[in-house]
Amino acid sequence: MSTSRLTARDLTLRYGERVVSTGLTVDVPDGAFTAIVGPNACGKSTLLKALVRLIRPSEGSVSLDGRDVNAFPTKEVARQLGFLPQDPVAPEDIRVRQLVMRGRFPHQTLLSTWSEADEKAVAEAMSAAGVADLAERPVQQLSGGQRQRVWIALVLAQDTSYLLLDEPTSFLDITHQYQLLDLLSRLRNQGRTVITVLHDINQACRYADHLVAMKAGQIVAEGAPVDVVSAELLKEVFDLPCVVVPDPVTGTPMVVPLPGEH
Amino acid sequence: MTALTFRRGGVSLRVERQTLVLAAVMVVLIVGLMVLGLCYGASWMSPARVFDALSGGRGGVYVREWRLPRVVATAVFGMALGAAGAIFQNVTRNPLGAPDVIGLDAGAYTGALFAFTVLSGTAVQLATGSIIGGLVVAGIVYALSLGGGLSGFRLIVIGIALNAMINAINSWIILRVSLDVAIAATGWNQGSLNGLSWGKIQFPIVIIVALLALLALRSYTMHQDSLGAALSVTTGVNARRLRLHLVLLGVGLTATVTAVCGPIAFIALSAPQIGRRLARAPGIPLLPAAFTGAVLLLASDLVAQILLAPVSLPVGVVTTAVGGCYLIWLLSKEVRRR
Repeated sequence: MSTSRLTARDLTLRYGERVVSTGLTVDVPDGAFTAIVGPNACGKSTLLKALVRLIRPSEGSVSLDGRDVNAFPTKEVARQLGFLPQDPVAPEDIRVRQLVMRGRFPHQTLLSTWSEADEKAVAEAMSAAGVADLAERPVQQLSGGQRQRVWIALVLAQDTSYLLLDEPTSFLDITHQYQLLDLLSRLRNQGRTVITVLHDINQACRYADHLVAMKAGQIVAEGAPVDVVSAELLKEVFDLPCVVVPDPVTGTPMVVPLPGEH
Repeated sequence: MTALTFRRGGVSLRVERQTLVLAAVMVVLIVGLMVLGLCYGASWMSPARVFDALSGGRGGVYVREWRLPRVVATAVFGMALGAAGAIFQNVTRNPLGAPDVIGLDAGAYTGALFAFTVLSGTAVQLATGSIIGGLVVAGIVYALSLGGGLSGFRLIVIGIALNAMINAINSWIILRVSLDVAIAATGWNQGSLNGLSWGKIQFPIVIIVALLALLALRSYTMHQDSLGAALSVTTGVNARRLRLHLVLLGVGLTATVTAVCGPIAFIALSAPQIGRRLARAPGIPLLPAAFTGAVLLLASDLVAQILLAPVSLPVGVVTTAVGGCYLIWLLSKEVRRR
């Protein structure tokens, strides 16, 4: 197992009185593609939000390089951890380039809001996400898939070593889903650490180096997909009778549900 | 769409060309309206005579001591109201979340009334009283809407109800005081720019300019915050501190204007939305809101003076009449959106 700069220790996560998770411990492997899977309302998004300090754990702590993320200056964390929420809302009348530029905020100061580095990062992020030709279009006029790629570009422009994404494929058609996953793979190959919540277990098996399966706020299994994904795990986590066969293309585990009354 | 980039040393900046054009047009419009305001009064003076008077010629005292403080104060107060509206519409993420709608003006006026009727009513007491009044109302609105968060329709509805209650309290205070105090306070209740002198406006203008300068320092972060609660934090905005600063600045601006003129309704509500559409800039931009506020208040004050001349109406009568229609339109639009 590789090293982990980003770790969570014994987290208790709650919304007011409602406790989502207790004693949650995760080590995010550096430079890997980590996928978090689990049924609805199992605490996947909550864990992701805790990692990017949107939720402060009532017990335990999230550390980056051994330091509590809530103890850092907020811009310093924002230069390390990039996050894409599930349903971001763009400000009214904003154009694609203007929205992507907002990703540069943690690198800017009051006096320097458009350096050469900013300009370069925005251009690279837009071309990596495939939205360079949309630069002057109003975001509101874009299709759901285009819009999602614009948000990805914003997070890429942030130029962080970590990319955390909450169900980034949910508004995309199947082609765009795989394009996005390929893009995330390329970014991992370039040395970034990717952590994403995915709904499709087969996509998670194919793309992830490290799989985290959650149920009822707890981690049930984690490790390389080929080591952890089995019919027993699927029964336990999703209550889904199935067989697991090798993916004909990649050889990674592939889940085939059995017919019957689920 | 083009933009200008400035880079020198550690300083860099990007401005959309259309923002610059709009700012230039707005400044010309504001100066034009101010000159018109200097010309118009009990008697019409040609611009040539006004400039002569300003440089110390005949009729100079009248222009310099009566008309000039009025137009300067109107421009500055209009900017303050427009900026305060933009602040609260950004903080509440709602076009209805203006200080005059959610009761901050009325609360500031209660504070000022208290200073005026119970204390001796000096400029400093009025300003302090109205700022405290505004902060108390901001605190109450916040506490009552805690369940729904700072954004959301709930805060607006609570603010509107609170606004009505505070107006009732204000009327009650006026009914309780002696007749001459009540008459003075009632004219002021409508939001009036009549009878402003340098002595009355010096201190408030210094405060407003200082608050606007502080706001300018926070505006870049304020616009970043319009990305929404999650992305704002994960791109490095300290949201809690930002919101505290913004609310304090917004209450300060609103209350300072209210301390001098009484509550002037609807400028703060409409200026940011009009400015936003003119600028075609993302979110609710601050500079167009401030400039539009100045233009609206200057124009309203001219109308207030002309409408029933020689009687000069309180400017609040004009802004309320025009703004009321705007509010109905906006409310129906907001309700339909839900």
